[in-house]
Amino acid sequence: MNLLKGPSARAAAGFAGSAVVLFALAPLVLSDFRLGLLAKYLCIAMVAVGVCLAWGRGGLLTLGQGVFFGLGGYAMAMHLKIADAGPGNLPDFMQLYGTATELPWWWQPFANPLFALAATVLLPMAVAAVLGSFIFRRRVKGAYFAILSQALAAAFAIWLIGQQATTGGTNGLTDIQGFFGYALDDPVNQRMVYFVIAAALLLLIALARQLIHSRYGELLVAVRDSEERVRFLGYDPANVKLVAYVVAAGMAGLAGALFVPAVGIISPALIGIVPSIEFVIGAAVGGRASLVGAVLGAVAVAWAKTALSEEFPAAWTYFQGLLFIVALAFLPGGLASLAGIVRRRRATAEEKKAAVIPVGEAA
Amino acid sequence: MSSLPHIHRRRFLAGTAALAAVVALSACGAKTDAAGSSDKAAKIDVSGDTVKVGLLNSLSGTMAISEVTVRNSLTLAIDEINASGGVLGKKIKPISEDGASDWPTFAEKAQKLIKEDQVAATFGCWTSASRKAVKPVFEKNKSLLFYPVQYEGLEQSPYIFYTGATTNQQIVPALDYLKSQGLKKLYLVGSDYVFPRTANKEIRAYAKANGMTILGEDYAPLGSTEFSTIANKVKSSKADAVFNTLNGDSNVAFFKEYKSAGLTAKSMPVVSVSIAEEEVKSIGTQYLDGQLTAWNYYQTTQGAANEKFVKAYKAKYGQDKPTSDPMEAAYVSVYLWKAMVEKAKSFDPEKVKAASDGITFDAPEGKVTIDGASQHIYKTARIGKVGSDGLIEQVWDSGKPIKPDPYLKGYSWASGLS
Amino acid sequence: MTVVLGQTFTGISIGAVLLLIALGLSLTFGQMNVINMAHGEFIMAGAYTTYVLQKSIASAGISLLVALPVAFLVSGALGALLEWLLIRRLYLRPLDTLLVTWGVSLMLQQLARDIFGAPNVQTRAPDVLTGNITLIGGDDPLTVANSRLFILGLAVAAVVALSLTLRLTPLGRRIRAVVQNRDLAEVSGISTSTVDRTAFFIGSGLAGVAGVALTLVGPIGPTMGTNVIIDAFLVIVVGGIGQLKGTVIVAFVLGVLQSVLEYSTTVSVAKVLVLVGIVAFLQWRPQGLYTLRTRSLV
Repeated sequence: MNLLKGPSARAAAGFAGSAVVLFALAPLVLSDFRLGLLAKYLCIAMVAVGVCLAWGRGGLLTLGQGVFFGLGGYAMAMHLKIADAGPGNLPDFMQLYGTATELPWWWQPFANPLFALAATVLLPMAVAAVLGSFIFRRRVKGAYFAILSQALAAAFAIWLIGQQATTGGTNGLTDIQGFFGYALDDPVNQRMVYFVIAAALLLLIALARQLIHSRYGELLVAVRDSEERVRFLGYDPANVKLVAYVVAAGMAGLAGALFVPAVGIISPALIGIVPSIEFVIGAAVGGRASLVGAVLGAVAVAWAKTALSEEFPAAWTYFQGLLFIVALAFLPGGLASLAGIVRRRRATAEEKKAAVIPVGEAA
Repeated sequence: MSSLPHIHRRRFLAGTAALAAVVALSACGAKTDAAGSSDKAAKIDVSGDTVKVGLLNSLSGTMAISEVTVRNSLTLAIDEINASGGVLGKKIKPISEDGASDWPTFAEKAQKLIKEDQVAATFGCWTSASRKAVKPVFEKNKSLLFYPVQYEGLEQSPYIFYTGATTNQQIVPALDYLKSQGLKKLYLVGSDYVFPRTANKEIRAYAKANGMTILGEDYAPLGSTEFSTIANKVKSSKADAVFNTLNGDSNVAFFKEYKSAGLTAKSMPVVSVSIAEEEVKSIGTQYLDGQLTAWNYYQTTQGAANEKFVKAYKAKYGQDKPTSDPMEAAYVSVYLWKAMVEKAKSFDPEKVKAASDGITFDAPEGKVTIDGASQHIYKTARIGKVGSDGLIEQVWDSGKPIKPDPYLKGYSWASGLS
Repeated sequence: MTVVLGQTFTGISIGAVLLLIALGLSLTFGQMNVINMAHGEFIMAGAYTTYVLQKSIASAGISLLVALPVAFLVSGALGALLEWLLIRRLYLRPLDTLLVTWGVSLMLQQLARDIFGAPNVQTRAPDVLTGNITLIGGDDPLTVANSRLFILGLAVAAVVALSLTLRLTPLGRRIRAVVQNRDLAEVSGISTSTVDRTAFFIGSGLAGVAGVALTLVGPIGPTMGTNVIIDAFLVIVVGGIGQLKGTVIVAFVLGVLQSVLEYSTTVSVAKVLVLVGIVAFLQWRPQGLYTLRTRSLV
């Protein structure tokens, strides 16, 4: 029982600690601008929670999270653009580039705030469910799955760019003024958006932890490590993977939706191959199999990108590249495994006295 | 296992606490946007003997091929001004940021420059998408952006000064020129983004009113480098000329394919609006010899101001480096800002804006004047021909600077556009 | 009729470019299962090699011919270095290789920017390669670009050379042995690490050759590799891992498909349709067109 109690107590303490940092410390210490940036990083961390589940636990390298992030983001932005324009008016970019005199049919449902909110999560989940049920049933996996995901991300981005009259094309949906009646240029409301994002992130982490520690979570790891054995045990690995994929898609969708009020823009630049790689790379650097590692890694990598590019605008990509190489080639478990290594060293030292092999420590 | 419910309860408590905090805090959100407008304006750091300005260009990613040259000429202008005493007795301190060819990054860096660095003005952006992404940032913070690239018009932000050409200073004169040459059947080729699509809409309207025909219109995704099909389509259309609004890498592939298809400047001239001396250098005169371009400035433009600019640029960045229209517009933008600040005797954006009307500068392209109402500048339109030496020789100009008309209000054929 | 024929030829020429950029990957990804995102930057290295050589060799034709072997060596050396520094530590973690080599590709792009400048650079093509030959004359003539014919020839030569190497030489036998059963190859006395490095050298070298060819049709700049890398991977994935013939067939099929769709719709729509088509195809044949039959359960 001691073995169980240790990590879970730590988790609860960590959870409370991060709530204090996010809700009390960060708003006090950071300027409005930096808090806005943190809100953006936390959105990326939300995607990383899903990546941790699907990739770290399920072994699915989802290199197409940009698609789901984009679906959520566009669903939210479409509603906000309609709301900004006011009833009966077209969003500004449609008046400029469009030929239509009324809202296209597929925009119309998004005028309803409840529909739009539900769509931010359910739309990516539905798309993931359809895609996943095909892909996993046909046992596409590993590198194939990764490259397939990238192809989808590229296709979605190119499609959005080609539909300038109805999607804003390369520009995306910009200049979003309000968030359900709150003016976004007011720092107080920006802060509120930050709190919503921080709360959503904590909820997602709690949800993912619940899943990971459930029987399903064990099954997912089993599928990752040996799909065939799981199949022989009578489970269908396709369904197990599908759940993780769909949940991760929903999380990415929510992240995209909250990214819109935080940053004020959604564009194909956030959807294609490059952003899709950036979504997973933070989780990989931090430690894909560990929730804490993935989340902190995502925030750290996003923060490092900002900080390095501000400090060395002409050379920051060297440092970014180097960071990825060093972290991934030499620390396969990510930064989170550093803590594990230290802990194991200490544990080994103690065990030498006690001569007992630890069981609960394998991360 | 007995400890499991215990964990759940704790987790639940933490979650509830978080939610409660959100609810409590969102109650503090202000639903009105009536907050005083003056206190929302960005602060400008004028303490000390320097004044900061932001330089926001892509130094990495696909757009770096073009934007780095703009950064160079901005730096040149700042160095020159500092060497001659600065602005209002203060030296200009440039703060450099990388937009990374990514529009949301442009918005983030613009905020950083305004809020953290408290710059007096920002110079930069290239693509229309990056300008659209930063426009709300500059408007909300009431800070100034100087945008140095020709663009599609139909925009007039109170906080942006447009020192590149708007449509009636580049595209419309180019069409007038084609018409005067009897080239009336056009094929439109462009990159798939806002500038080419909007420009082509304007070209179609012009063609309709002027008895020209558009035989086809094709777009390739930005960065696309496979143009054999488009070259085939253009060839079999038997158009008189091609109007090219491709941007970046695509131009190289397009012109290589164009020549391979057997098309030449003689058989079917191409008028390009995004190919300046720098692009000519990277495509190669082998492929471009005799093709047409429409700009407001060429390295070969006559005048003492240009000789000085070209000489200074080459001395700083290398004898083999050409100067081009966007570089010149960027260079000019810094001097215009300086003149506006000196007339206003203040760095305050509102006062600078108020002082802008009628400011003139003896630019490399000739004398330019700011139109205070539209915050664009009067510019001379010039059609040029690429020579075998890689330079562009002017073959036609508008004679005098054209008044900027971003919404094409002075053109009856354009009435349905905006 | 001319249009159909013309687009078929265009498609074949697009396919030839695809084949050339994917050929190196068929070795490093197809045979060794390494997802090397820096492959695009090896292509870039080949293109810049051409540029550098042209500075010292005046004749465009000779410099192009010299550039082919030199670029093979330059990119090959880069590949072998990458294999020795990083990839050999990652053979059991193919997906990490993807992310690590992504980091490498970022650094190589920035390096190119710092060495050669951010703007694109130009190379001169020999005059004979900027022209075209007329297949059907008349009012709406059907012509084929010489540069494309050259690339087609180069691609065919590279495929033949690679497949002969794999089939007939001792090195080729060793590579195939390692691919089919690494452990058994190792205990039979094959130095698998040497074989890996050699295979990586050849695969990366072929990227350099592709880079030389691309100077004839596209831009030469720091980001030229990222423009083509995903297309190249898709060719391998659809063609099937471990088989050259799949790569060859798929490159040409995708090329023709792309050109026909481009003609009847737009470039963007064609691209989207091809990508979606590929995803659908993999539902039908998840292991690609041709698969290496193994005794693995999947």
